[in-house]
Amino acid sequence: MTTNKFYNAIFAAGITLILACLMIGVKLDTSGTQLAVKGATTAQWTWIGGGIAIVFLSQLFTNQIDALFRMIPKPSISTMLPEEKKMATLKPWLIAGAIVIMVIWPFMVSRGSVDLATLTLIYIMLGLGLNIVVGLAGLLDLGFVAFYAVGAYTYALLSQYFGLSFWVCLPISAGMAALFGFILGFPVLRLRGDYLAIVTLGFGEIIRILLNNWTEVTGGPSGISGIAKPTLFGLEFTRKAKGGEDAMTFHDYFNLDYSSSYKVIFLYLIAILLVCIVIYVINRLMRMPIGRAWEALREDEIACRSLGLNRTAIKLSAFTLGASTAGFAGAFFSARQGFISPESFIFIESAIILAIVVLGGMGSQMGIILAAIVMTILPELAREFSEYRMLLFGLLMVLMMRWRPDGLIPTKRPQLELKQ
Amino acid sequence: MSQLLLDVNGLTMRFGGLVAVDGVNLKVKNRQIVSVIGPNGAGKTTVFNCLSGFYIPTEGSVMLKNEQIAGLKDYQISRKGLVRTFQHVRLFQKMTVIENMLVAQHRHLNTNLISGLFKTPNYRRLEKDAMNHAIHWLEEVDLLEFANREAGNLSYGQQRRLEIARCMVTQPELLMLDEPAAGLNPNETKELDELIIKLRDEHEISVLLIEHDMSLVMGISDHIYVISQGAPLAQGNADEIKNNPDVIKAYLGEE
Ligand SMILES: Nc1ncnc2c1ncn2[C@@H]1O[C@H](COP(=O)(O)OP(=O)(O)O)[C@@H](O)[C@H]1O
Ligand SMILES: [Mg+2]
Repeated sequence: MTTNKFYNAIFAAGITLILACLMIGVKLDTSGTQLAVKGATTAQWTWIGGGIAIVFLSQLFTNQIDALFRMIPKPSISTMLPEEKKMATLKPWLIAGAIVIMVIWPFMVSRGSVDLATLTLIYIMLGLGLNIVVGLAGLLDLGFVAFYAVGAYTYALLSQYFGLSFWVCLPISAGMAALFGFILGFPVLRLRGDYLAIVTLGFGEIIRILLNNWTEVTGGPSGISGIAKPTLFGLEFTRKAKGGEDAMTFHDYFNLDYSSSYKVIFLYLIAILLVCIVIYVINRLMRMPIGRAWEALREDEIACRSLGLNRTAIKLSAFTLGASTAGFAGAFFSARQGFISPESFIFIESAIILAIVVLGGMGSQMGIILAAIVMTILPELAREFSEYRMLLFGLLMVLMMRWRPDGLIPTKRPQLELKQ
Repeated sequence: MSQLLLDVNGLTMRFGGLVAVDGVNLKVKNRQIVSVIGPNGAGKTTVFNCLSGFYIPTEGSVMLKNEQIAGLKDYQISRKGLVRTFQHVRLFQKMTVIENMLVAQHRHLNTNLISGLFKTPNYRRLEKDAMNHAIHWLEEVDLLEFANREAGNLSYGQQRRLEIARCMVTQPELLMLDEPAAGLNPNETKELDELIIKLRDEHEISVLLIEHDMSLVMGISDHIYVISQGAPLAQGNADEIKNNPDVIKAYLGEE
């Protein structure tokens, strides 16, 4: 047992040494026209040595470290909240309060914060959408970003070629993404687990590569720019109205001075609206027969079949509805950015969304909202360490999974009222 | 006059070269408890898998209420009123007991998405009916007090009962139980015995039973089929089977 641990620790340290030597220890440098191999500085070698020591010790003392993690208190949301009966009466007030605060808040903080909050809201939407597929239906999807891309490009293209407005395109984008979800759903119906993950991963890449290469339509790598921003009942948020003769701008209409923060706040408010819609719809879905069927499918597919549940329909509905949420988010994303390119829809985005779902606790909506906030705010806070962002990200995930393997807020089963 | 509910003729299932089921015939009438017995590996579970649509039988006909169901999809067959349990308990472990019961009523509840999203009166009524139906069956199997517990946390005997209740809310006409008494203690077996009889006498359904517990089988079966190495060996009522020399040799003699 202990010798085993010791070998394990030696092995892990050895791997670290090899990786560190290759990645940090030697560097290729151009000196004139020649390439020269440069060794790391002494300071760097000290760091590498320190790192190896940490890996070695942490492997050697995993049990003790795990025990330490177990000692960290795990605040449970349910113990912090008042009891269930009271909660039921309080809930509408809490929700109303939260919405009011969310609406007032942007007027008191900086533009940058509002912008970041808007981004967070996009990730909340994506997380909630993927949660249907991964958390509820138990289908591991590594290419979720494809649907996000479909939504974004649908709006961008419709707006560019046909001049359709954001509000018209929003449902169309969701519908297009749903269609793609449906199309992907068919071939992967029989796949589970790792196989499904690989196919969805491939699908994500196919969409990105398609967008990259179909230059005549999508603009290829240079993307689409100048995508129209959403309007408020036809009022534009630009300095000068662009939409033709009778177009009006927001500040003209209300006799205000032009300020670009109106636009930022407006976008934020739209995002709040969309997130509220998504939360409401998915919350209802989870309590509807279809939501229960998704979970049942995750729990035991064979039992589902024996009870007359059509697994094809259930899987397809999970893919379709999950994808349409991503399409929703995508349309908003392209409207907010005003510019999109395939670069925005790389695999790492899928990974981040999946991390949000896992971190949030696979299935719980509150957990996903919290996780989306953590995952978008933390990288901003760690701006100075931007080189090591991914490293910190990985570290955070490892620590989280050690501390709370069930996610930030583990799913709590709904307790149903039994009185007849 | 009791009618023929299930009529199986010449059911054969081959896996490559292996003949797991070979020309099995079964008849189940309305309000009957029929048992299928045979040594381990005789092909009993495979028969169930063929009847319930998990396998498509290589040969033979399966008539449910004079309608051919061989070749239909599993969920289509269960919607026609033939529902089964499994040799190993298959519950939705992480869902609560009542949720398990509601999932089983998916088909009766499955209104369109819009009515569910806006909780229309019709949707509320359907949901209330499903809830009452679930509560009724949980009472029948004595699990109501555990309604909001996760199914995976129930004791083994309770899980077995929940599995039967979950089948019953789908309103089947023929319930197929695959070794329901396996792993139960004598007390629980007696309760199961009473439950199965109640299903036939009060709820007027038929039960097709695979079971190794001979006292249970002999005590409650209206008719018994014996299969051995996939092929039919004997059939008859409990007394006929007990005294059949072939059966004693092939099956009872083993013990
Ligand atoms: N899917 C399958 N593929 C190959 N062989 C199978 C399959 N299912 C069952 N069998 C074989 O069929 C025979 C009967 O099995 P089974 O029906 O489980 O027996 P019983 O339930 O009577 O104990 C066994 O020899 C088993 O190995
Ligand atoms: Mg068996």
